[in-house]
Amino acid sequence: MDAKKYLIKQISIFSENRPGRLAAIAHTLGEEKVNILAFSIAEANGFGVVRALVDHPQKAHDTLQALGFNIAFTDVIAVKMKDQPGGLYEVAKILGDSGINIEYSYAYSGKDGAVLILRVDQVEDAIKKIQQSGATLIERSVFH
Amino acid sequence: MFWDKKTETLKPTELKELQLKRLKKTLNQAQNVGFYQNLLAGAGIKQASIKTLDDIQKIPFTKKQDLRNGYPFGFFAVPMKEIVRIHTTSGTTGKPTVVGYTRNDLDTWSGLIARNMTMVGITKDDVFQNMVNYGMFTGGLGFHYGAEKIGMTVIPSATGNTKRQIEMIQDFGVTTIHCTPSYAMHLSEVAEEMGAGLDTLKTGLFGAEPWSESTRKTLEEKLGVTAYDSYGLSELFGPGVAFECPERDGLHIWHDSYLVEIIDPRTGEPVADGERGELVVTPLVKEAMPLLRYRTGDVTMLMEDGCLCRRGKKIARITGRSDDMLVIRGINVFPSQIEHVLLGIPEVGNQFMVFIDRINHLDEMTVDVEINREHFSGELSDLARLQKKVVKQLRDALELRTTVKLVEPGSLPRFEGKAKRVIDRREGL
Repeated sequence: MDAKKYLIKQISIFSENRPGRLAAIAHTLGEEKVNILAFSIAEANGFGVVRALVDHPQKAHDTLQALGFNIAFTDVIAVKMKDQPGGLYEVAKILGDSGINIEYSYAYSGKDGAVLILRVDQVEDAIKKIQQSGATLIERSVFH
Repeated sequence: MFWDKKTETLKPTELKELQLKRLKKTLNQAQNVGFYQNLLAGAGIKQASIKTLDDIQKIPFTKKQDLRNGYPFGFFAVPMKEIVRIHTTSGTTGKPTVVGYTRNDLDTWSGLIARNMTMVGITKDDVFQNMVNYGMFTGGLGFHYGAEKIGMTVIPSATGNTKRQIEMIQDFGVTTIHCTPSYAMHLSEVAEEMGAGLDTLKTGLFGAEPWSESTRKTLEEKLGVTAYDSYGLSELFGPGVAFECPERDGLHIWHDSYLVEIIDPRTGEPVADGERGELVVTPLVKEAMPLLRYRTGDVTMLMEDGCLCRRGKKIARITGRSDDMLVIRGINVFPSQIEHVLLGIPEVGNQFMVFIDRINHLDEMTVDVEINREHFSGELSDLARLQKKVVKQLRDALELRTTVKLVEPGSLPRFEGKAKRVIDRREGL
């Protein structure tokens, strides 16, 4: 099994918790014609990390870095969910039953259904277990 | 009231005679210290060079940095077996400044504190709650021993748990307290919130940080005490160097024990009485750690007028520092110490800004520091861990709890020339 094709590059951007930081990031990506597919903000004690799935991660990375942003790539995986009541439960139960611990997660619902994005610690093991359980992982090529 | 009336009211000629005798003895004692052997030889000073008190001006100054260079025991003039106590105070970078005491030193020091307390009318009938740090800080044990010497009932309550402190004041009938003025303000507010009367209190001794006349007024009203200013520094034993008498117009510095000069900090030249400058002190009674012309960094002046209480010349209340030392919750902090800590943490940059605020009468220090681009993993948990690490290392180095803010690389100001890294937003205490 080639687990690599399921590893999706999330961009993680360090941001101080003050007005205008998200706008600055979003503006830059817009100018560069980088589309944001999903994103979330995690906050702790005066600072945060903006996490985003984009269609051109390398371009987003280089542009933001050139502007002085502190940015890193993080590997995440994406699991298909039914866009209906109980959809999240189905996937979450599989993960729980398989003993996969979620570090963080966020989701979006697009035209091809709902998607759960996951950051897990043992990623290769998680990929194997998710596949064995019958859930569908989305390949990296779908995003970028 | 006097603890040692004869010494405290020596006539000027007798005082000078005693000072000169003790200065010579101190010079002799200093010859046991390698630093002073070199310093005095370099300046061509022999025992015979000091014939009058004014001759002291031939001796070069001793600076805090010199003490740091002698870390840990380079300034001890007696063998270690004679040292019975060690205290430390903040150094300008990494290592603290170490001070040592012989048994005689401890006795001399507690005697000076007994003088101070007796001067303001405290006796063995008083019950004393000592609400300062009892560790390496000299304020705790210093006052403790002085109060015991008088025969007071001493409650070594140390810091923290303000409600418990108030309960003890009430339950034990405390008459006299010692703490920082900012803690006293905090204490008064907590007592107010609790609806607790502090009727037994009579006397408040406040020191370790500068405070104003309006704070004195507030503290006296809220706590029902007469408030006295206390001055000292670890290098000169600790507290007990100078203290207000009931006139409360300047502090009596114990001239038989401390030879005082006030200098222009830029030129090193003496300034006239009534002019402000840096306090330079040669302690005359220290055995373990004699110092010659020690630059305290504290700004004051010698007051021209005599005092009704008949004790010697007073110094004015300290108005500031001639260097960049900060006093946070009574603890001395040098910006260079912060820089030193940050240099040792590769995940953060070396630029920093310090903000000092006073929240509920207590000082709060916030340090803004840039995260290092190369060390950003993208994980929030790593950042939170880093933040904790910086807080812990600053606490270990400064003995002070700080708030650390991680900021984006390149976002802090860069300075050309003299850096202004400290923004003190406290209003005068």
